[in-house]
Amino acid sequence: MSDNQFGDALLSRTDEHPMSTTAERSVVVQAPGGASPGKEWVIVTRGLKREYDMGGEVVRALQGVDLAIRRNEYVAIMGPSGSGKSTLMNLIGCLDTPTAGEYWLNGLLASTMSDDELARVRNKEIGFVFQTFNLLPRATALHNVELPLVYAGVSSDERKRRAKHALEQVQLDNRMDHRPNELSGGQRQRVAIARALVNNPSILLADEPTGNLDSKTSEEIMRVFETLATTGQTVIMVTHEPDIAAHARRIIVLRDGLVASDERRSTFKQSMGVS
Amino acid sequence: MSFLEAVRLAFQQIRVQKLKSFFTLLGVMIGVMFLIAVVSIVEGMSRYVEDDFAGALLGVNTFTLRRGTDMRFGNTTEAQWRELQRRPRLYRNEVEQVRAVLPPGVTSSIENMTFAYAASSQGRAKQVQAVGAEASYFTLKKYNLTSGRPFSAQEVTLGSKVIVVGTEVATHFFPGLDPVGRELRIGGAPYQVIGVIEAQGSVFGFSLDRLAIAPHTSPISRVTNPRGDVRSFVAQTPNPELLNDAMEEARGIMRGLRHLSPSQPDDFALETSASAMSFFAELKGKLIAFGTALPAIGLIVGAIVIMNIMLVAVAERTREIGIRKALGARRRDIMRQFLVESASLSVLGAAIGILLGIGMARIIAAVSPLPAGVAFWSIPAAVALGAGVGIVAGLYPASRASRLDPIAALRQE
Repeated sequence: MSDNQFGDALLSRTDEHPMSTTAERSVVVQAPGGASPGKEWVIVTRGLKREYDMGGEVVRALQGVDLAIRRNEYVAIMGPSGSGKSTLMNLIGCLDTPTAGEYWLNGLLASTMSDDELARVRNKEIGFVFQTFNLLPRATALHNVELPLVYAGVSSDERKRRAKHALEQVQLDNRMDHRPNELSGGQRQRVAIARALVNNPSILLADEPTGNLDSKTSEEIMRVFETLATTGQTVIMVTHEPDIAAHARRIIVLRDGLVASDERRSTFKQSMGVS
Repeated sequence: MSFLEAVRLAFQQIRVQKLKSFFTLLGVMIGVMFLIAVVSIVEGMSRYVEDDFAGALLGVNTFTLRRGTDMRFGNTTEAQWRELQRRPRLYRNEVEQVRAVLPPGVTSSIENMTFAYAASSQGRAKQVQAVGAEASYFTLKKYNLTSGRPFSAQEVTLGSKVIVVGTEVATHFFPGLDPVGRELRIGGAPYQVIGVIEAQGSVFGFSLDRLAIAPHTSPISRVTNPRGDVRSFVAQTPNPELLNDAMEEARGIMRGLRHLSPSQPDDFALETSASAMSFFAELKGKLIAFGTALPAIGLIVGAIVIMNIMLVAVAERTREIGIRKALGARRRDIMRQFLVESASLSVLGAAIGILLGIGMARIIAAVSPLPAGVAFWSIPAAVALGAGVGIVAGLYPASRASRLDPIAALRQE
């Protein structure tokens, strides 16, 4: 499970980042390995650290992570419990800000953004897929998919059109008016994927996307991810299941808050069952 | 998220939890209901006083000359009362001289009024409003007669024992009979009924149809003004512009007759319906202030209930807030969503309260002598009040919701 053991510490976090303008943030810097944030590299982190204060004791969840992820990559982030993969995912997903280090997302310096700016980035740049789907239980599939567009300020008609289109992409256009409890687990996760894609995000960020699904449905979801990856969508997936991670083109393994290994695969599913 | 979107969402939420929402808005509903009922009754009373009381009892463009004012309900000090007792009485000769200087077109009449027991062979003794007046009194009061005729100037000069009665007097003393031509006794003297005035209705439960009007020169004066003075003299000008001139003429002649030096105050009273109205305006202000203070406490309780329920709602929907935040809701979006929800609840409560309050005012008006008239301004005021209560009550819960950490919120089951 990816449950974060530092949950209570997150609640008590109070550090706020000062406002900085977009112009300042889009300054191009040299990223590790010569990667510069911007057109080619959708994610660049430099010395990313995240510490939690747990009753006087400082817990270092991330101890300086340097990462660079290209546009159109299909990446899996793995690691045992407490390795910091959930913390990293929260940072990448702009749900949290680092204690130290820089995080560039699509050319924007996200590590020093204010709450409202982070909300805007989550809305426009990131599509979340969660283990527990996180659909609004009382809303129809269509309305769930519309939700990011509501906060993007898209008009009602345009919202409906785009949400329908996103549901068509995951072959759920015949289930638009169903509520989550009228859908199977796989269908729910496909609604969540449609919701993640509806605002054309830079990255699709999946946290244990198959954690609550049986193996057959997991394969079905993985096929959706595969299709998205081949059509040019950047996909970042956090998982602890090796056979799920094996679908990705690149596997990053975290251990004790640091990158332990970063492996690229030239061929799909070339080495099943490693690590 | 747009405002309209937030309203739609709020009503969706209210619909899903009908019973809970109903209990939530109960406080505001009851507060607004009583507020509307109280304001309606006070408004109804004031409308009544302005239209009927002033028109029926005092008359428009009318002034009254009398010894002392009797329009000061309980506001007299002992010194004022003593001064009143020392005043000379008003007599016929003074009235006639006042009448002589009034501009042409002014209708005037002596009006000696008191309550006295009347009797007839058909009905048992009952108190009536006995009036001694002149022939012009009927024109002045705009009394229309349903049967018979008013008494004439000649009958006033002669002091004839004729009487015109109100409908209530007619039906009580002559049940099932035509009262015209029959005998009504007041203060032991018999009067021949010559006319019946059409129904006038009532003011504050006080019937205007218990009248019995006889010439002031008739023996009725022994009942209405046993000292032989004039209780009051009423004059009506054809238009409001003339009223002040006529009053000043009357004042001038009266001061002359009483040999008052310019430094001395009037030792008689000249009243218009306006002076009585100013007293009522004061009373109305007090009634509204006291009448709204109590329901206002209800509204405060209502606000606390809404705040509580909204805090529970925020706790229950933490995960939903987390989802919305993850999908790009800003603090102010969450804040707005919960504020609009509590305001919608409260406005809905206020709306139901308005309807119930109007109903309550109607029922009170129907079963009691208190009149009721819904003040138009009280409806938007109640809606605004409801919205205000909802926003104030929702402020703290909404701000708590907006400050939730998205990661922690998403992890909540």
